[in-house]
Amino acid sequence: MTEITPELVRHLAGLARIEVSEAEVAQFASQLALIVDSVATVQAIANDDIKATSHPIAMSNVFREDVVTPSLTQAQALSGAPESDSGRFKVSAILDEE
Amino acid sequence: MSLLTKSATELASMLAKKEISSVELTKAQLENIDKLNPKINSYLTVTHELALSQAQQVDDLRAKGESLPALAGVPIAVKDNLATIGIATTAGSKILQGWVPPYDATVVKKIIANRMPILGKTNLDEFAMGSSTENSAYGPSLNPWDLTRTPGGSGGGSSSAVASMQAPLAIGSDTGGSIRFPAAVTGTVGVKPTYGAVSRYGLIALGSSLDQIGPVTRNVMDAAMLQDAIAGHDAMDATSLPESLGSMTEAAKNDSVKGLRIGIIKELTGEGFQKGVSEKFNEALELLVAAGAEVVEVSCPSFQYSIAAYYLIQPAEASSNLARFDSVRFGLRVMPEGAATVEKVMAATREAGFGPEVKRRIILGTYALSSGYYDAYYGSAQKVRTLIQADLARAFEKADVLVSPTAPTTAFKLGEKQEDPLAMYLNDIATIPANLAGIPGMSLPVGLAKEDNLPVGAQFLAPAREDARLYKVGAVLEKILETKWSKKMMDFAPELKVN
Repeated sequence: MTEITPELVRHLAGLARIEVSEAEVAQFASQLALIVDSVATVQAIANDDIKATSHPIAMSNVFREDVVTPSLTQAQALSGAPESDSGRFKVSAILDEE
Repeated sequence: MSLLTKSATELASMLAKKEISSVELTKAQLENIDKLNPKINSYLTVTHELALSQAQQVDDLRAKGESLPALAGVPIAVKDNLATIGIATTAGSKILQGWVPPYDATVVKKIIANRMPILGKTNLDEFAMGSSTENSAYGPSLNPWDLTRTPGGSGGGSSSAVASMQAPLAIGSDTGGSIRFPAAVTGTVGVKPTYGAVSRYGLIALGSSLDQIGPVTRNVMDAAMLQDAIAGHDAMDATSLPESLGSMTEAAKNDSVKGLRIGIIKELTGEGFQKGVSEKFNEALELLVAAGAEVVEVSCPSFQYSIAAYYLIQPAEASSNLARFDSVRFGLRVMPEGAATVEKVMAATREAGFGPEVKRRIILGTYALSSGYYDAYYGSAQKVRTLIQADLARAFEKADVLVSPTAPTTAFKLGEKQEDPLAMYLNDIATIPANLAGIPGMSLPVGLAKEDNLPVGAQFLAPAREDARLYKVGAVLEKILETKWSKKMMDFAPELKVN
């Protein structure tokens, strides 16, 4: 059985920028252990001779003409923002005080 | 009531002959929504005014004698993970509560260009992650056949709306079966077109290498007409196929399956499938054979790994796609206590805004993509995808279309699988391979299971770009079944008691 420790869940949640409660950590750790065990079965048949498929219908060099077309106005782009100021998205400090 | 039970095809013809107006039809549809939706919860938003003004415009144009698209005036419901200008779009999540998009999805633009009044936005599992709508932040939708059961998911809002005459047509999205599974358990028709056949621009992305938009309807011709209305190349979606797949409407006029080779997928029949599901499925096959089709058995051994591969690839892609919900550009923002950096605001917002299944999949996806695990999990899953494509290529040498039941069981009870994510994932065993391989699939109702009197769906699969084959075989089987029953599937549905 794959071990998914509480520390690992906290680490992964941190990478994914999700705050998790202790109750969630415990629940996810046990559920993810079961899920990971189940999905890990893919390793049984995947060998080095098989090529990976990233997209089911592969297309390459999808280009369009390089012409300027109408797009959202600044006001439209900001219309869903929780906070904006002077035509820009407003956020809290990027860096900690430390 | 009579207008509401008519098919989109019949309504389109009545509108064209001016026997009814679009306003009259849309009003009747909205009245039924107002009556049923408080109970069934198919719609998260009902757009009364918009629908009626769009209907009025069609009627005005028709009065002037203008030539109009085939479905002009027929109202439609849109899944709430498609962006709509001026209409709240939530994807079933609290993190997008109240978000009003400044742009329309390409499919929505096409619906508007086809002059189809938009009735509203339908419920779904949060970000389309689920098979029951129980993961919606706004409560589950109920199955009109039995209000204690799920209408399937993620598109249970669209399936329950179409099955309860709250819309003649709806749009769904299908990442692992979210159109086809809800269709199967509500006695409706659901089609996942070939990957790239319908533009995903403006669809809130779940698994970008899997997602496809398609029709949810009450019969095959309606689905064909709707696919024709929404398909086509779009420069805004880099995965959009440049070529046309032809007319599905023409394909759905087919009346013969003589000589058609139908491959039964050995791995998706028998054990693990509910008895009544297998019985109805086998009966449908016998009817097709009696009509001149040839049945062969095909084997797709790699299908046993499809759920495992899917639950690595889809969470991995979702974890990346859902990074856009960052509390900066749109949606919810939650300020944590104390000194807040943007990173802490983001984490607090995502904690408050995402439900448990979404968090679970983001964490799983982050794990599958982590350095040290990437090759073992995500890399291996992508190899399984290659094997599944190879299995299908071999199967399609022996058969023109493949077939299996759409789902192992009929609609399950709400609450039954909510505490067990793995059990929930197994509903998609027959639908997932089509998404991994990019091929088209259709779920068609084939009757009621003996033990519970609930709808059973058969799933047809065709090679990529051969969507027309699904409509050809679907149209014939539907006609044979309706002749045998001397009624339509929906005529079996119990009367809805909503009070």
